[in-house]
Amino acid sequence: MDWVTTLGQLMNTTLVFSTALIFAALGGIFSERSGVTNLGLEGFMMFGAFAAAVATYYAEDAGMGSAAPWIGLIAAIVLGVITSLIHAVASITFKADQTISGIVINFLAAGATLYFVKLIFDGNGETPLLTQVFNKVAIPGLSSIPIIGEGLFHNYPTTYIAIVLVFVAFYVLFKTPFGLRLRAVGEHPSAADTAGINVNRMRYIGVMISGALAALGGATVTLTTTSTFAHNTISGQGYIAIAAMIFGKWNPIGAFGAAAFFGLSQAVRTYVTLFSWSKDIPQEFIYMLPYLLTIIVLVAAVGRSAAPAALGQPYDPGKR
Amino acid sequence: MSKILKLFSGSGAISIIAIVLGLIVGAVVMLIGGYEPLLAYKSLFSQVFGNTYDFGETLREITPLILTGFAFAFAARAGLFNIGGEGQFIVGMTAASVIGIKVHGLPIYIHAPLAVIAGGLFGGIWAALVGYLKAKRGVNEVITSIMLNWIALYLANFIVRHFLLMEGKQRSEDILPTASVSFPWLSDLMDSARIHWGMLIAVLCSVFFYYFMWKTKQGFELRAVGNNPNAAQYAGMNVGRNVVKAMFISGIFAGLAGAFQILGVFHYQSIMSGSPGTGFDGIAVGLIGMNNPFGILLGALLFGTLTYGSAGMSFGAGVPPELIRIVIGSIIFFIAAQGIVRGIIKPFYFKRKKEKVL
Repeated sequence: MDWVTTLGQLMNTTLVFSTALIFAALGGIFSERSGVTNLGLEGFMMFGAFAAAVATYYAEDAGMGSAAPWIGLIAAIVLGVITSLIHAVASITFKADQTISGIVINFLAAGATLYFVKLIFDGNGETPLLTQVFNKVAIPGLSSIPIIGEGLFHNYPTTYIAIVLVFVAFYVLFKTPFGLRLRAVGEHPSAADTAGINVNRMRYIGVMISGALAALGGATVTLTTTSTFAHNTISGQGYIAIAAMIFGKWNPIGAFGAAAFFGLSQAVRTYVTLFSWSKDIPQEFIYMLPYLLTIIVLVAAVGRSAAPAALGQPYDPGKR
Repeated sequence: MSKILKLFSGSGAISIIAIVLGLIVGAVVMLIGGYEPLLAYKSLFSQVFGNTYDFGETLREITPLILTGFAFAFAARAGLFNIGGEGQFIVGMTAASVIGIKVHGLPIYIHAPLAVIAGGLFGGIWAALVGYLKAKRGVNEVITSIMLNWIALYLANFIVRHFLLMEGKQRSEDILPTASVSFPWLSDLMDSARIHWGMLIAVLCSVFFYYFMWKTKQGFELRAVGNNPNAAQYAGMNVGRNVVKAMFISGIFAGLAGAFQILGVFHYQSIMSGSPGTGFDGIAVGLIGMNNPFGILLGALLFGTLTYGSAGMSFGAGVPPELIRIVIGSIIFFIAAQGIVRGIIKPFYFKRKKEKVL
């Protein structure tokens, strides 16, 4: 195997593995930039993966063919927004501890998704295998460029959406009045309030966008990788997305870089077995590597993280 | 004693109402699914209290939850979010396995305690690492804990696979009988339910937790740092050292939980495909117990009973056992969003309105 193909394929696999993380990390950013900690990303991903599996299954049944996975994506967004309201109501309206409320989402998601899978599919702990899932699409012309053609332009539609969303999110957060307001609410809510911004409303919007994006991330896992939803479809990706968000300093481009890094280290797992010099490394160390490297990078280069100033604090207008 | 009671009052009523509301949410979800909630809850409790074996196994289920609950709460009191109980639990398991399998020729009264202490110590060190990185480099403790959870999982698998493996199996050899902390006399009494000394140690830990946190100068410093690090520093306390100390003690609890799981329950360690989850469940227990050591005993009792009983619910009423996660999630939701609960009980009972003193 020549190195050009290998490099292209490695890049491709990296993006496949990072897609879900990119969505979820972007989701985390919208919530946390508005000042609401979101530890529930894992839960929102579960809800999304579940909704995508069930909706796509019924859409297939109804004979919608290749449109079915798109219905799945939409269902994931809808369920993500609805469930994000639980987090929003508890942490914004009732001023509950935001960390706790995020963990509640994870518990509810772990319970509710499997409960309803078993209910809908006669006690099975797994949804039936989907036949209509996303396939890789080659972009004409661009996909024949060496290395990056295979790496970038021969991928799942969801991956293209994720990459485009990174730049959209960056633009929205840093170049539009809406983004300025969202960030203001997360940095200094009382100043934002004085300037006429409805703090709680902005935070509701932040959390809802967050739920939608994280659910899209979960749906991606179902519709490109597993083709089914079971108890282990989402196992820890939400927490990795939180890490990617912090690693990327709450900036969409940074989070994209961090997510790609985690994706790369996951992709590398399959490639190390191919070379004679690397195949004797115990697999556990290969698995461990991304997490170890993250800590090292954080300690060596990043240091103190620049979280939004009002992160985690419910807004109380009576308090100064 | 009156002070212990004082810690409960106010929050106690809310917890009880939250539990009732959580069970009601569970019942509604069961009705949506076409199940019978009353039958399900009845089967849940008869699973737990139906015979001595199951009752003993419920106690077995509760024990590690108490300790991982303490692990979360102890750090929380010092203002730290220890989401790494999972990793500390795994490290504790592994350290106990290594001592339990590899150290020969010690009498039981040295070998077993040594293995338990090793589990606690390594769990503590694993957590202290997080505290150290936060104190020295300002690295967010949530992200390092999450990373260390995964590292612990793979490290444990590596150690089991390369040093402790039982020929041809995906698990370690059995620990030596001298390292066992099982409680044979009580186990026999309970139809060989896996009862071990960890239960007693866990309860004793609650006394330690209370005494250390509220009766010693060091505990006062930890809470001061947790409430306001700047004020604590201004008062001459070393914030960094307190952060490391809080994480260390917190990790000891989780490490002990892991050690007892190996030495008292399984007597061997499997190669794990995913995290066991006990550390994460400890977060829920800590929250239900409102980070109070005696509240956590009750929280673990509730969590363990519901989890162990959920199997009965599925035999007795056909309800998927996952329902219990919805119930637990709802209970935490109502405890966290106290405004909702206060709104519900206000018309009936609400005279005192006092600030929560931690």
